[in-house]
Amino acid sequence: MKRYSAFAIAREAMRDHSGWKRAWEKAQPKARYDVIIIGAGGHGLATAYYLGKNFGITNVAVLEKGWLGGGNTGRNTTIIRSNYLQDPSAAIYEKARSLYETLSQDLNYNIMFSPRGVIMLAQTEHEVRGYKRTAQANALQGVTTEFISPERVKEIVPIIRLDGPRYPVLGGLWQERGGTARHDAVAWGYARACSAMGMDIIQQCEVTGIKSENGKVVGVQTSKGDIGCSKLGIVVAGHSGVMADKAGFRLPIESVALQALVSEPIKPCMDVVVMANTVHGYMSQSDKGEMVIGGGADGYNNYTQRGSFHHIEETVRALVETFPMISRLKMLRQWGGIVDMTGDRSPIISPTPLDGCFINCGWGTGGFKAIPGSGWAMAELMARGQHGPLSAEFGLDRFRQGRFVDESVAAGVAH
Amino acid sequence: MLILTCPYCGVTSEETEFHGGGEAHLKREGPGSDDQAFEGYLFHRENPYGVHFERWRHVYGCGKWFHAARDTQTLEVFGTYSAQVTTPPEDLLAVIRDKRPGWQWRDLA
Ligand SMILES: Cc1cc2nc3c(=O)[nH]c(=O)nc-3n(C[C@H](O)[C@H](O)[C@H](O)COP(=O)(O)OP(=O)(O)OC[C@H]3O[C@@H](n4cnc5c(N)ncnc54)[C@H](O)[C@@H]3O)c2cc1C
Ligand SMILES: [Zn+2]
Repeated sequence: MKRYSAFAIAREAMRDHSGWKRAWEKAQPKARYDVIIIGAGGHGLATAYYLGKNFGITNVAVLEKGWLGGGNTGRNTTIIRSNYLQDPSAAIYEKARSLYETLSQDLNYNIMFSPRGVIMLAQTEHEVRGYKRTAQANALQGVTTEFISPERVKEIVPIIRLDGPRYPVLGGLWQERGGTARHDAVAWGYARACSAMGMDIIQQCEVTGIKSENGKVVGVQTSKGDIGCSKLGIVVAGHSGVMADKAGFRLPIESVALQALVSEPIKPCMDVVVMANTVHGYMSQSDKGEMVIGGGADGYNNYTQRGSFHHIEETVRALVETFPMISRLKMLRQWGGIVDMTGDRSPIISPTPLDGCFINCGWGTGGFKAIPGSGWAMAELMARGQHGPLSAEFGLDRFRQGRFVDESVAAGVAH
Repeated sequence: MLILTCPYCGVTSEETEFHGGGEAHLKREGPGSDDQAFEGYLFHRENPYGVHFERWRHVYGCGKWFHAARDTQTLEVFGTYSAQVTTPPEDLLAVIRDKRPGWQWRDLA
């Protein structure tokens, strides 16, 4: 792999950019691998990357039924923050956020991490108390957040309306080192780094069956033939239930549609991410100037990657009352992704009832921010065969044992 | 946007008049059941890629709970039926088998 650098740009400029190579190699499946990862979203690719980087395991294939990053990783609104309430969440999300800080250098690929700051508005007394509590919890967890006054909110976000028609802004939970990153670049950067370590990233390769002998996984059936493996990682987000069914177990997961939309591009007007969880909408501005908007998930099981229009209406209504100046903006595009929801709104990083088969899922509406930390923890689990400190609380057994990592009451929203 | 018909008051309306209540026909566990049974009842979900039986409530109408059979892959609604049953009615199952040959669901075929 040729490294990207200022020198490389100068060199290529001298020869009409004829020397750039594919970012990652196009691979055909071999007969077997030490490790197969199903799903080339951010979490699957990051798992493969840290298997190689932290454990020297490089005989790895990542199988993707569509194109790389074409799942939720390429469909999300890219909010990165780590101001969760529970200790296990703070640990893994903060690990991820801190890895994001230097990921561009680590991968030698510009993922455009922009720690521009994230505000979660408090618009009811309940939210004020809740976020003050989160700020205290974060202080104990070593995560830097702050509860700020309405005046401070207005200073940071001049376009906001503090005395909203329904819910005035009473303060906010501010994480200055939260922000956004370029979602495709995260997938592409990890893919390129994996490919450089000799791993195979195989697109258009759908896993259709999981093969086992005596309760141990031995390989997968795919649209490109059977492939053997010693260890298998299922990292397929919304399709986790479908894969688990093929592996012979059930999951505490339901798949629903979550939508997002972007406006026409406008001049810079908001340089932070603002989340308004009571009225339920959030917004940031992309580098191109589009307002990137998201809201709540649809209320029923769905695999179609499109949601119901009234959710868009509700989200836009909430944001127009919070930011009156956007009321005349035209929206350019809308799309949906299928998110994997658990009851406690926390992820699953776990061994499964099938020996040698591990699963990473349940990130639901908020897993983009977690990609580096999740890959780190999943790689450790798969390499060692047992949990490291980051994933220990996120096993499947927590449901039977009643050890929830309850983030549903903490934020009510998880993007 | 789903369009559902309430089997009680007969109103056909867009989904905004209703509220989804999740997977239907779960077997309720009680005293004497072990942890594994409770785990299954409380948390494990079919979450099928295809035919799904679920509970809905006509919240902005007659207020009653009912059942619906729907395809999560196409959003086709096969039909709705009474909440007072523990399995889907035979005529609805026949419709589904006709439209989805080879379909199977839990202990129903
Ligand atoms: C609209 C929207 C907004 C969001 N906003 C945010 C946000 O602001 N911040 C945040 O942190 N998170 C956000 N999220 C959540 C985030 O996108 C996800 O949690 C995260 O991207 C999940 O990554 P993943 O790698 O697990 O899944 P995915 O990126 O979905 O990757 C899974 C891959 O598995 C593949 N696959 C499935 N079945 C098979 C098979 N049988 N064989 C082979 N491959 C298969 C799929 O094609 C897919 O590419 C949002 C999600 C959506 C939909
Ligand atoms: Zn009714």
